[in-house]
Amino acid sequence: MFDYAPAPEAKLASFQKSYGHFIGGKFTKPANLYPTINPASEEVLAQISHGTAKDVDLAVKAARSSYEKVWSKLSGAERGKYLYRIARIMQERARELAVAETLNNGKPIKETRDFDVPTAVSWFFYYAGWADKLDHAGLGHNPQALGVAAQVVPWNFPLMMLAWKIAPALAAGNTIVLKPSETTPLSALLFAEICQQAELPEGVVNIVTGFGDTGAALVGHKDVNKVAFTGSTEVGKIIAKQVAGSNKKVTLELGGKAANIVFDDAPIDQAIEGVINGIFFNQGHVCCAGSRLLIQESIHDEFIKKLKRRMSTLRLGDPMDKNTDVGAINSADQLAKIKKLVKKGVSEGGELWQPECKIPRNGFWFAPAIVDNVSPANTVAREEIFGPVLSVITFRTPAEAVTKANNTEYGLSAGIWTEKGSKMLKLADQLNAGVIWSNTFNQFDPTSPFGGFKESGYGREGGRQGLLSYLKAGK
Amino acid sequence: MQAEEIVGSRLTNQSLSRWLHSLPGVDKVGLEARAASLATRSIKTTSKVWGLDMAIKMMDLTTLEGMDTPQRVRSLCQKAMTPDMDDPECPTPAAICVYGDMVPHAKAALGKSKIYVAAVATAFPSGRASMKVKLQDTKDAVAFGADEIDMVIDRGAFLSGNYLEVFKQIQAVKQACQRPKGKPAHLKVILETGELQTYDNIRRASYLAMLAGADFIKTSTGKVTVNATLPITLLMLEAVRDWFDQTGELIGVKPAGGIRTAKDALKYLVVVKETAGERWLTPELFRFGASSLLNDVLMQRKKLLTKTYLGPDYVSVD
Repeated sequence: MFDYAPAPEAKLASFQKSYGHFIGGKFTKPANLYPTINPASEEVLAQISHGTAKDVDLAVKAARSSYEKVWSKLSGAERGKYLYRIARIMQERARELAVAETLNNGKPIKETRDFDVPTAVSWFFYYAGWADKLDHAGLGHNPQALGVAAQVVPWNFPLMMLAWKIAPALAAGNTIVLKPSETTPLSALLFAEICQQAELPEGVVNIVTGFGDTGAALVGHKDVNKVAFTGSTEVGKIIAKQVAGSNKKVTLELGGKAANIVFDDAPIDQAIEGVINGIFFNQGHVCCAGSRLLIQESIHDEFIKKLKRRMSTLRLGDPMDKNTDVGAINSADQLAKIKKLVKKGVSEGGELWQPECKIPRNGFWFAPAIVDNVSPANTVAREEIFGPVLSVITFRTPAEAVTKANNTEYGLSAGIWTEKGSKMLKLADQLNAGVIWSNTFNQFDPTSPFGGFKESGYGREGGRQGLLSYLKAGK
Repeated sequence: MQAEEIVGSRLTNQSLSRWLHSLPGVDKVGLEARAASLATRSIKTTSKVWGLDMAIKMMDLTTLEGMDTPQRVRSLCQKAMTPDMDDPECPTPAAICVYGDMVPHAKAALGKSKIYVAAVATAFPSGRASMKVKLQDTKDAVAFGADEIDMVIDRGAFLSGNYLEVFKQIQAVKQACQRPKGKPAHLKVILETGELQTYDNIRRASYLAMLAGADFIKTSTGKVTVNATLPITLLMLEAVRDWFDQTGELIGVKPAGGIRTAKDALKYLVVVKETAGERWLTPELFRFGASSLLNDVLMQRKKLLTKTYLGPDYVSVD
């Protein structure tokens, strides 16, 4: 037997016992503490401050002051220098950031090392280049920053989502108050240290940690000009209501229930990989995850057999092991939600299958799962599970595939697998999704805009379009 | 299973062509991404020792030069029998791979050892000769006692769509591997993937070779610009895996050419394990065609066992 011996990554990140907020370039005194844990072991990593409305107010004031006194007065080229500097320091500290992210999030080190951190860095490099070229953003001559941006990011890609939010906002000339998720604040706090290291002017980036009430105080603060949120549709709706009637500009990047459509003329082995990557990448904690497999009926049996065999090779376990493919579920709450939805799906006629795998004793785990024979009315075909659970639905014709793929409240992403180019292009035209991948899945690039339709939110992040969310036309 | 049963009709170039072109396509980007992701597996400590030993056991230690001499072949055989002079526990390669005329020298040098002799045949490496010559080449090597024959397919015929011709040639060589008495020589079919160019072609050639009776499908001669690569090997492993599902026959895979380091060899073993499965992790079903690989594996093995890296002067050159 060729068993891979443990290959643990060194614990290259260390945390302080407790953290305050990062306001005006300095960490405040830790207060109102709660523990943040490693979801793979339930071990406490650090104590985090639960931000109050007062903390939020201080942070917004610091951001406003630095916007007016410093940041808005700098040329684009000067802002770009800071962004480049941040990107380079992140590269230098890449392994440390990857380890911190894995410890706090539960995702495999393989992913943080090869995906999360490099992608986050690429966002800073990309938008650094835009900082002195805003005249070409599409808003005419000399477009203007909005002012203070309130940004609330989720726990699934803590550092990458931070980069998606902060990089374009800074390039466009805004200052920021960012709130990371309550379960994954550590990489954002390391990022605060990087801002200090880069000698970013005080108050340009402020980070307030805490729970939903902290986020609500931030989003609702009267002196923010822009609200950017990535997270659940449920919270997105609350935010939309909260900011309605104000002149705050809003982008919401919310949930999804993407269809990964596999035709009988697909490159089958690569489609298997794409389906696996689509739903088991990051334990399925991906808003654009390909959580619905739409498989052409004629190849259903063969495909599912191959898919199960491939799922059996997925290695679930210690996220710090370099050979782990599937890490821990981020929180007990999320695990409970996944279990509940899967149970419901099975009670509604879905057939659950999971490969045998050893579940670690501590932490939160859910073995990769497929639920076959799912009708479009089944809960697991409709609700976003946000976990490693793939619902299998069959179709007979391209038209039926389109109808079923579009039959969802969401519209974030979709995948099309066929070797026939004409079919692929026609389908891409008919699918209601912000991002459509063909013969691949979960590809991200800073040059490419990302965002959804319907209940998946509005606004775009990435590319030139991502800048527009942080700019207004010049006078 | 009979070829006609598998293809589902009488064998004509048309029916073969239809069958081969009905195989699922290969997406280049996806295949290469999968190979690259498997190459990031981290193989440490006990699994590394296991892997290095297995890599030696799977090796076809090869010399295929115009300047080969009996003396050179004998020294290579000596090396194969005692790869590590200081460690009698060190495993030995599966086979010595030589040109047909060197088979008697290799057989004599290997004596009663369990190391096989593989001979390249059929006008290796180009395969450009009459069928009569190719078959005689094969028969000579078999008569000299070769345990395995590494034949090349007619790439010209394959690329011009003359699949039936390629099929018939493989079948004929397979026939020439028979012995009046004793076991027939094992047949490895070299696809020369570097000349087939596309992954779709490589998948079709793999199926064609298996259909015609190959015991092994082998990537390359080692004589062209692009030889074995990880994605090509992955693709061929998918082919033998799916072939087994369909027919119950176990076919081996042999990447050859360009695999020089222990690190590379371990990557290939990872690909075998995670594509075809543990069943293929045996010299009966997976081989490395290599010449310089052995010394690097030996150095890494010594380093793991003695905790000291001794360097190239402590392993014999061949």
